[in-house]
Amino acid sequence: MSETFAPVALAEARPASVVTEGRWIRWLLIGIAILFLALFLVLPLLTVFAQAFAKGFAAYLAAFTEADAHAAIRLTLLTAVIAVPFNLVFGIMASWAIAKFEFWGKNLLVTLIDLPFSVSPVVSGLIYVLVFGAQGLVGPWLLEHDVQVIFAVPGIVLATIFVTFPFVARQLIPLMQEQGTAEEEAALTLGASGWHAFRTVTLPNIRWGLLYSVLLCNARAMGEFGAVSVVSGHIRGLTNTLPLHVEILYNEYNFVAAFAVASLLAGLALVTLLLKSVLEWRYADEIAAGARGH
Amino acid sequence: MPGDTERGGSTAIRVENLSKTFDTAAVLHDFSLDVRAGELLALLGPSGSGKTTLLRIIAGLDFPDAGRIVFGAEDATRLPVQQRAVGFVFQHYALFKHMSVAENIAYGLNARKRSERPAKAEIKRRVGDLLDLIKLSGFADRYPSQLSGGQRQRIALARALAVEPRVLLLDEPFGALDAQVRKDLRRWLREIHDRTGQTTIFVTHDQDEALELSDRVAVLDKGRLEQVGTPDEVQEAPVSATVLKFLGDTIEVEAIAQGGAVRVDGRLTPVRAPEGLVGPIKLYARPWQLQFAEGGEAHLHGVVRSSYRTQGRQRIEVDRPEGKTVVVEAADTNRFAAGSPVGLRIIGGHVFPN
Repeated sequence: MSETFAPVALAEARPASVVTEGRWIRWLLIGIAILFLALFLVLPLLTVFAQAFAKGFAAYLAAFTEADAHAAIRLTLLTAVIAVPFNLVFGIMASWAIAKFEFWGKNLLVTLIDLPFSVSPVVSGLIYVLVFGAQGLVGPWLLEHDVQVIFAVPGIVLATIFVTFPFVARQLIPLMQEQGTAEEEAALTLGASGWHAFRTVTLPNIRWGLLYSVLLCNARAMGEFGAVSVVSGHIRGLTNTLPLHVEILYNEYNFVAAFAVASLLAGLALVTLLLKSVLEWRYADEIAAGARGH
Repeated sequence: MPGDTERGGSTAIRVENLSKTFDTAAVLHDFSLDVRAGELLALLGPSGSGKTTLLRIIAGLDFPDAGRIVFGAEDATRLPVQQRAVGFVFQHYALFKHMSVAENIAYGLNARKRSERPAKAEIKRRVGDLLDLIKLSGFADRYPSQLSGGQRQRIALARALAVEPRVLLLDEPFGALDAQVRKDLRRWLREIHDRTGQTTIFVTHDQDEALELSDRVAVLDKGRLEQVGTPDEVQEAPVSATVLKFLGDTIEVEAIAQGGAVRVDGRLTPVRAPEGLVGPIKLYARPWQLQFAEGGEAHLHGVVRSSYRTQGRQRIEVDRPEGKTVVVEAADTNRFAAGSPVGLRIIGGHVFPN
């Protein structure tokens, strides 16, 4: 019996690790962090759901039965369905080029890919208005040919693509750089064509990092407000995405409906968070290089 | 003995006047070399000598600025890597992480066009044969992450052999392994080569590895071929001080040549200078080509700095008056105390112009 007690006694006699703070400081820091999280993250999230159900379940459901809400959901899904695959393909191509080849202007390309993250989304939207708008650079020409970009669905899709541009590429560039080109070279020496090597070697090596980035890209594509707000024109039932619909309802003092629709977006965020955590936990190694880059 | 095996003799690969420049640094200068069918050839050189670049150009993973690569009678200089039928083994294995051992080995066969692809059963049989060859029969369903470095490199070799390449190219194949595994794998590679007769070129910066393993050694320095020959030839008759120095530890001594005789500090040595080499020259000796000697017989004098034992011998560091330190290898009998004065006699070596 005495043997089982000995280590405990030793542990108490030994000074605590040099990088560990005293107990009070530790609890104080943890307490501040939890309080902060509760106040600024958990409380607002709960408020969304509380407000959404403030007038009961029937009122909550009613927010989704009106035609404008349906249109907003459809448009948001459509935007994501176009923007995410586009950025997926572009992101893979860009990271492939950047990670596996040396070429002139590579650093410039990396900087450009990052641009949407450093520019305010409102500015991103304005850029499209200036280019495609009625007074813009190519807008009049497009109007002559009966193509409307601004205050229409194409503008919303373009603005969404712009703001979600960096997600996939930024995740994959460090991952691909870390993996190098040896496996691809091995595949080529074994007689595989470039496409076969890409499909059987490169893609499986980045699959979890890719899924991770698509998840984040999708969350942003569905949730984007600023850039879309500028180009949309807020035409009910036509150019309103979910976030814009929330704003309109809120401005009309229709709080229950506003928060009900908002709860949909909050739910999307929670699902994204859950899937993201699962991926991080299960495939940490395979998305690590990318995760460090963030 | 590796040096004794004479194979075929016909040229399998001809490297003609190859030049390659990366950015502004020239990596290969007008480089030519013939590789004989069935031989095991080592490309030996310090880092930056261009040996890996040469191997990659032969494989088709890099392309030369000038010069030609000829496989047999076929000009392969512009042939894409897929059509060269080379087997390449990378220093860090480059196994496909997400594929099992069997899938890795079968990769090259499965990558073929449907019309050229062997039947499933045939692929399975070939993978089984190769696993037997590399003595990893029970490992077909394992994944690379479950294997040791030595096992991974054997799988990489089997994967390269599976496509029945015209030539096997190995880039520092044992560079990432620890000393004991390295030695085992060297012998094993030699055995596999003797059994398959596969024309093989391997890159190494390790002299022992090159000398032990290869039929012929090509010594590279600064993008040029210094010498190519059997391990015995390059050791007994190095063509330059660079080759000599790269093949092992050397002691460099000022000497005077006259009528074939070589003198150090006015005393005759047993080393003979080739015709035409007269005046001040350099004499290079290996640590075992120096003996301890008393006053009149010694060519060099110095003070013992330290000594240590290595595998039944001892190595003694001797400080010479001019400030240079030389290493002497001797039987592990008399130990020398640090600080004691000693004389050294040269019993062999090579001479080259200053």
